Amino acid sequence: MKSSSKLRGIMTMFTRRTFLAGSAAIPFFSYTSLLDAYADTPKDMLVVAQQLDNMTSLDPHEGFEGVGTEMGSNIYQRLVRANRDKPTEIDGDLAESWKASEDGKSITFKIRKEAKFSSGNQVTAEDAAFSLQRAVIMNKTPAFIITQFGFDKDNVASAIKATDAGTLVITLAEPTSPSFLLYCLSANVGSIVEKKAVMAQEKDGDLGNNWLRNNSAGSGFFSLRAWKPSESVMLDVNPHSLYKSKMKRIIFRHIVDPSAQLLMLQKGDVDVARNLTTEQLRVLQNDANYNLVSQGVATLVVISLNQKNSNLAKPEVWQAVKWALDYDGIQKNIVPLTHKVHQSFLPGGYPGAVMDKPFKRDVAKAKELMQKAGLADGFDIAMDHYANQPYPDMAQAIQANLADIGIRVKLQAAENRAVLTKMRARQHEVALTAWGADYFDPHTNAEAFCINPDNSDDSKRRTFCWRSAYQSKEMNEAAETALREIDATKRIALYDKLQRDHMDNSPFTILLQSVYTAACRKNVDGVWIGILSNGTYEKVVKA
Amino acid sequence: MNKRLKALASLLANVALTLLGLAIITFLIGRVMPVDPVLAAVGDNAPHEVVERIRAEMGLDQPLIVQFFRYLGQVFHGDFGVSILTKNAVTTDIARFFPATIELATAALILSMLIGVPVGVWAAVRQGSWIDQTIRVICLAGHSIPVFVLALLALYVFYYLFGITPGPGRQSVIYQDMVPQITGFLTIDSLLEGDYDAFWDALRHMAQPVFVLAYFSMAYITRMTRAFMLDAMRGEYVITARAKGLALRTVIWRHAFPNVSVQLVTVLALTYSGLLSGSVVTETVYSWPGLGQYLTTSLKNADMNPVVGATLLIGAICVGLNLIADLLYRQLDPRVR
Amino acid sequence: MSSAFTREWLLDETPASRAQAAWGRRYRAWLDLKENPLAMIGFTIILIAVVLAILAPMLATHDPGAQDLANKLARPSSAHWFGTDELGRDVYSRILYGGRITLGMVISVVVLVAPLGLLVGCVAGYAGGVVDQALMRVTDVFLAFPRLILALAFVAVLQPGIESAILAIALTAWPPYARLARAETLTIRNSDYIAACRLTGASGWRIVTRHVAPLCVPSLVVRVTLDMSSIIITAASLGFLGMGAQPPSPEWGAMIATGKDYLYTHWWVPAIPCTAILLTSLAFNFLGDGLRDVLDPKQS
Repeated sequence: MKSSSKLRGIMTMFTRRTFLAGSAAIPFFSYTSLLDAYADTPKDMLVVAQQLDNMTSLDPHEGFEGVGTEMGSNIYQRLVRANRDKPTEIDGDLAESWKASEDGKSITFKIRKEAKFSSGNQVTAEDAAFSLQRAVIMNKTPAFIITQFGFDKDNVASAIKATDAGTLVITLAEPTSPSFLLYCLSANVGSIVEKKAVMAQEKDGDLGNNWLRNNSAGSGFFSLRAWKPSESVMLDVNPHSLYKSKMKRIIFRHIVDPSAQLLMLQKGDVDVARNLTTEQLRVLQNDANYNLVSQGVATLVVISLNQKNSNLAKPEVWQAVKWALDYDGIQKNIVPLTHKVHQSFLPGGYPGAVMDKPFKRDVAKAKELMQKAGLADGFDIAMDHYANQPYPDMAQAIQANLADIGIRVKLQAAENRAVLTKMRARQHEVALTAWGADYFDPHTNAEAFCINPDNSDDSKRRTFCWRSAYQSKEMNEAAETALREIDATKRIALYDKLQRDHMDNSPFTILLQSVYTAACRKNVDGVWIGILSNGTYEKVVKA
Repeated sequence: MNKRLKALASLLANVALTLLGLAIITFLIGRVMPVDPVLAAVGDNAPHEVVERIRAEMGLDQPLIVQFFRYLGQVFHGDFGVSILTKNAVTTDIARFFPATIELATAALILSMLIGVPVGVWAAVRQGSWIDQTIRVICLAGHSIPVFVLALLALYVFYYLFGITPGPGRQSVIYQDMVPQITGFLTIDSLLEGDYDAFWDALRHMAQPVFVLAYFSMAYITRMTRAFMLDAMRGEYVITARAKGLALRTVIWRHAFPNVSVQLVTVLALTYSGLLSGSVVTETVYSWPGLGQYLTTSLKNADMNPVVGATLLIGAICVGLNLIADLLYRQLDPRVR
Repeated sequence: MSSAFTREWLLDETPASRAQAAWGRRYRAWLDLKENPLAMIGFTIILIAVVLAILAPMLATHDPGAQDLANKLARPSSAHWFGTDELGRDVYSRILYGGRITLGMVISVVVLVAPLGLLVGCVAGYAGGVVDQALMRVTDVFLAFPRLILALAFVAVLQPGIESAILAIALTAWPPYARLARAETLTIRNSDYIAACRLTGASGWRIVTRHVAPLCVPSLVVRVTLDMSSIIITAASLGFLGMGAQPPSPEWGAMIATGKDYLYTHWWVPAIPCTAILLTSLAFNFLGDGLRDVLDPKQS
């Protein structure tokens, strides 16, 4: 008796409540019932969890950081690009074909007729000329990749010219290797933007820079819908491109903590997680619900010895360090899924990269070299390294390895930028850092590791090896010669020799190459990561 | 009247001096940091010429004093400089990020008040009993764990294990870009739009960080309320009221509590300052796009304009809150005058 | 008269010397404290922590820095009581040695901060006028600064590390003590006792250091004890943000910071140092609470 009247009471209460609440309450109730339905992401939307705090600008002629460059690869096209599977080959992107002149001083491109911008307008050679000129005139950070060919704001209009709607001619003052020029044009700074759209937004002669920073005007598979700094980036499919797949939108969510990325991936709130650590990836490796997509990228982990320190200036010490490290141990135990062992200054995947690994831990040999250097009792030295994982762990392992041959290392961790600042001021003794290549040609790292024409403290040309006060006349000359070699095969051979010489005789120990891994839920296919932040998402499908 | 004005003037002068001191310290920190701020603008690999050119463009090659006075001049015109990282004016950035932090801090304050005050009263009434001790332990525990550990644990338990609350971020993917930015407060904006689904979604995303922050500050509020209540209940008039035979509840809420509420105001002011600072760590765990994240990212990159701007803002708020608390205290408590 | 330091001597209602009165007071306070179970628990835990820290070299089973990469992230077992961390180091030994660092850090900060704050506050309160205003302005500036942010900024300027962390925390922790001491001084300074001191011709400086300051000590002790837990927490937060003690230092906060990525997969790596921090902080909080009830019941 009691229970049924109670039940009736509740029923009346419920209906009265709903009645009183009126229509305004219904959205509340309907949402709560739909709670579970939104656990997975929609089928036509790809959600990626990634650290986005290193993006300053999406203007391709201004931005120079990894994540921004990757967005740029999805939004813009360049004249040419490196073949995805065979990076030594160059494919046309916006350029249908090209022809270099006999004297190596000019190159003519034919622009693809069917290419269209996201606005619907056709891509013309004038857009291409405008874009490259814009990069030179604005002269922001990445411009050096183009200006190193001798362009400046006065001569660029005549040096890079559209002779008709479909033809672009680039003329150089000095003859150069065509492959070198083409690789440089395939960099993010060679992106082609729509002249009309950009100039419509110009303000105070900035060539539309302020607008293009967080808008887009490209012909790539996607266009930028919104960028909320430190929050998210949204890309919509470009309907005028040759996009064939079924996605409509990609959303990149800025999730700082890798553990949080992992949780969200496991819950289905994101489809792809880009910044997981080795341990987290290991957990997913054997789980059939996820697949991991890995790619060796153009970033190397390097130990630099500052030549200003008398102990570190001894060539026997250089090689002793190389023979003291337990490369495999470090790679397998600390960073198995985020790095691979690599010992030459061209990262694997680059044309001409030396993949041999001659060095392995040989304490006796290293000690012998130390003795030859007259340092059998060892010495004390400080090593600067990044404070973010996995560098502290790597540094500690290196510290232990070097202790075995008598080098007593004191570790000094600091923020990335703090370490870089110190190195650029030549204040370090030993530094454990990462070096990312700037563009897809061997010269970028050859220059960094071998070329140092002026070793003084106020040199105008401060390459990576300048920071450690390393100067070798032979290396300088060899690198310059290789740069200028016009024959592609001969060029590769020259870089091969340069790398081997460098391994045998330089104060730089290269131990690892970074491997970026994207962890995807099993229903996501087609994610690929480019070697130089040039991976695109146009082949992604969700089952 | 003159005396009042004089007091007010000296008060404002104090505030201004404090803010000036803040500005000097933050500015010095920024310029003395071993990180080259230009690197943030140009990228790590930039050639030397580019770096020097950009450095001159930004005026960072001038002597420190010159830079500081230039900065002060700009501040007086409401220009807090430009962030090297986002390339926006600092005021624009702060207007974007600050509401998110305020949303968290305010909600956390309200929650910790709603729970903390009654619990504190209860502990005072039951002083010495096991209830009092238990409350003490629970509150102090909240103060004995680093906030980020609490946040990570909460994330794991409530998001991953039980799926009660959503994961990091301010709103679900579906609602991204759907709510226009009117005030910057997602909750208010979505209500103004009439978009109840988005409102509910925003609220659900706030749940975890708010609970974590609230638990952290509840300790202080509870303890203070308890201490004040104990004091108040020892007062003469309470004894008189009880002697008159009034019920305990009436005595507590009608006689003892009103005096306590005055002192609680100071506590609340201090708690809010603590919440603003606690959000720095919590926002990182929950990827909450608020001032805390803005501050830490800028700090790591030696991007000092945002750091100075944000610190001045938080500092000004703290100073302001203390000021208000002081004034209210003097107004409401006749004994102090 | 009973001999010194026995119970009767301490509880003597008519002490014969100032020292005896002082000790008697302290003994009575101790008796009151003993009544408070939570405070005693806190006291015991701190005592145990200090003993463990001192005896760490004898109690540790492994070298806290010894790496064993093949055996990393091992579960707690008889070989490694608390398991191993991401480089194969024994967590138990690291906790013991970490206790030395953490407690050492706390003591260093307190030793820096309390005397400084006490001095500034007493001088400001006693001197009054311009000196007071100037000192209070400086105090206000540091007070207005959110503590974590100021510490972050300082550590960023100096190199991340324990010394910088100590300095940074100390720089942000002293203002409340100054404020407290000043408030106490303001109440004391017009008392008859101080007036009498002045009449005897004592200089201002002597009055402040020998008469005023000691009277402020009880409330300062309470504050210090309560603050110790937040010092530990701030140090851990600095570690979380990458600016605190650096690896391979076994400082508890640094252990949590490097171990937090393993929270969901190998929970013991961050959880155990976290428990250590929790227990120690709780202990300081309990003790401080109890001390406040005993020494300073009216002070908030």
